[in-house]
Amino acid sequence: MGKDKIKINKEFYDIMPPEYQDLVNDATYGKEGRGWKDVGVAKELIEEHSLCAGCPESIAFRYVLACLPNPEDTVMVGSTGCTSLVFPHVAVHNIHSLFGNQNAVASGLKRSLAHRFPGKIKDVVVLAGDGATVDIGLDMTLQSWFRQDKFLTICFDNELYANTGGQESGLMQKGFVSKMAPAGKKFEKVRLPDIARESGCHYVTMLTVSKPNRVEKAIRQGVLIAREIGPTYIQLYTPCILEIGKQMMEGLQEMRDSEGPGERFAFQEYMSEEAKQYLASLEAQKKPVAAIAGHA
Amino acid sequence: METQSRVGTYNKKGQRIVDAEYLFFEAPRQQYFMTGSEVVREAIRRASVDMSVAYPITPQSEAAAMVGDLYVEGYVGDYFRGESEFAVMSQCAGASFGGSRVFTTTSGPGTMRAYENFPMWVGSRLPIMINVMVRGINSPLNIQPDTLELGLIIDTGMLIWHAETGQELFDYLLKGYIVAEEPDVHLPIAVVIDGFFVSHTKDVVMLPSADLALTPYDPYRSPVPCMDMEVPPVRMMRDPFVMKSNYISYATHASWQQETRAACERSRKHTIRLLGGLLEEENSDAEILIVSSGTALAQGREAVRLLAEEGIRVGIVKIKTLRPFPHEEIRQATRNARLIFVPEFNVVGWLAREIKATIPENHRVIAGPHVAGGMTMPPEVIVETIKNALSKKEVVYG
Repeated sequence: MGKDKIKINKEFYDIMPPEYQDLVNDATYGKEGRGWKDVGVAKELIEEHSLCAGCPESIAFRYVLACLPNPEDTVMVGSTGCTSLVFPHVAVHNIHSLFGNQNAVASGLKRSLAHRFPGKIKDVVVLAGDGATVDIGLDMTLQSWFRQDKFLTICFDNELYANTGGQESGLMQKGFVSKMAPAGKKFEKVRLPDIARESGCHYVTMLTVSKPNRVEKAIRQGVLIAREIGPTYIQLYTPCILEIGKQMMEGLQEMRDSEGPGERFAFQEYMSEEAKQYLASLEAQKKPVAAIAGHA
Repeated sequence: METQSRVGTYNKKGQRIVDAEYLFFEAPRQQYFMTGSEVVREAIRRASVDMSVAYPITPQSEAAAMVGDLYVEGYVGDYFRGESEFAVMSQCAGASFGGSRVFTTTSGPGTMRAYENFPMWVGSRLPIMINVMVRGINSPLNIQPDTLELGLIIDTGMLIWHAETGQELFDYLLKGYIVAEEPDVHLPIAVVIDGFFVSHTKDVVMLPSADLALTPYDPYRSPVPCMDMEVPPVRMMRDPFVMKSNYISYATHASWQQETRAACERSRKHTIRLLGGLLEEENSDAEILIVSSGTALAQGREAVRLLAEEGIRVGIVKIKTLRPFPHEEIRQATRNARLIFVPEFNVVGWLAREIKATIPENHRVIAGPHVAGGMTMPPEVIVETIKNALSKKEVVYG
């Protein structure tokens, strides 16, 4: 799309909403090396959100949008849940259709855009909660990976159904007591990162959103590898402070407490050989002189 | 617009893109003898379809696989097998959101599994073409012809056209795209045929040359933005309606549903132009009428012939579009009838129910005969039903 397409006709400038004027003047569409450091400096692609005060998902959402390498040609697919309260405020095209079908929609969308815009970058990014990704939508999540459809799947893992009031989900920890698990969850947290790797994802990472640099790198790699090589999967811990009994200031600490060595959100990353080679080739392109010198 | 400017040019396959009305009404046609599945293949060959997603279920599997052959030959842009009908319909949605002309097929239990997607397609204004080849949905497992599933999808908000013959199937598939993609309609369309009776039976069809292709879809004529980031992304709403229990939220949901239903009604003018009306009448001034759709109506025609041999004059009203439903047309067509018979291939008689809810003095409607589960409906059964009613023997159907 590029920034020229969002320009406002001069005659209508004064009657456009101020947030749209800001988007035209200060958003980071097309900016090389955009990232989380633009948050609070440039116009963000997320206008507002109606999540709970202090919800870690809200900052995760802002990081994701700030770090997409190519938002001017990115279409996002969401699902039902807390994320669907945010998407209507987001300045990239996004689709909500049903609960759990997000990876199926993305498969059709990605192929449709590839057919209509051959040779042009059109990234597709799925962003959905753990209920949508792992429970009701697991079949479609996995099948899109088996088919090697080229898009990034991001799961906001808050370990329960937050939007419906805190029911048990497949990504919930074993033993956790919640609605629909009144005696505690009986089975282990589903190991979707392992399953993603076995299902053909070329890049898989699991982390919290406590460290924005890491989130930025993950999102960039996830999008770039999906664009050229094949499916990628990022699982981000975004604790539901409301349902686990935390205060609004305690989200960050909860993430830090959960990512230490041996904890369930200890940083994990996997990359296929093809993906590694591709990223290395991108690095080499960035430093043409060094690369030539290396050959000599 | 992009679509019209491509008329006269050639697509990648070398087909000449022609004006829709030329393809429908003027292009020379040649006679063929083929099954309904083959008719689907020939329609899609000429339909400038960008994407199709398939899944096996009897009786639509054959047609769905043939569309795959068209993809390999280069007539269809992309094609793959989904993992279930629920997923397939969501994949079709994604493709349509992305601005492609989309085709898919389904049958029976597959239609039921896909169901959640249909109102979503409507609310999202996706002009997807789905060819439904109806079959039984009852348990124990039944693959036989039965139209119960059709009665269950008529209020999803899609346009629903019921083809009786192979020729209608061909014409409805192509004309359906043109009507469904009109900016003031822009809704999904189900072109329905009776599984096996049409899908697996050979019929005479007249086809235009395979060197011609329908004008392609132009997603920028859509009344809602195409999700391709080629038009400015706008904040859609300040408060997501899903979570707000307030008047604005309710009013928005209500008015959007009214708008999609109104869009379905607005399809009438385009449909009348292309199909020549939402229904067809033959001798509808007769005291006795058979009113139905699909192959039940075809059996009715044969009954009319048998009754004529005995001097009993029976007229026919054939309903082509179940949505929009031709309420006023049916009222007019049946205004002189004393008895109205509605033969159907399902256990509940949903079409008779629709007609009863439409016309005055609806005691005139005799809901039958209806057969189900794959039972055939010989014309003699219709004849007997009519004669029984005429001799004032009590008829109890549905």
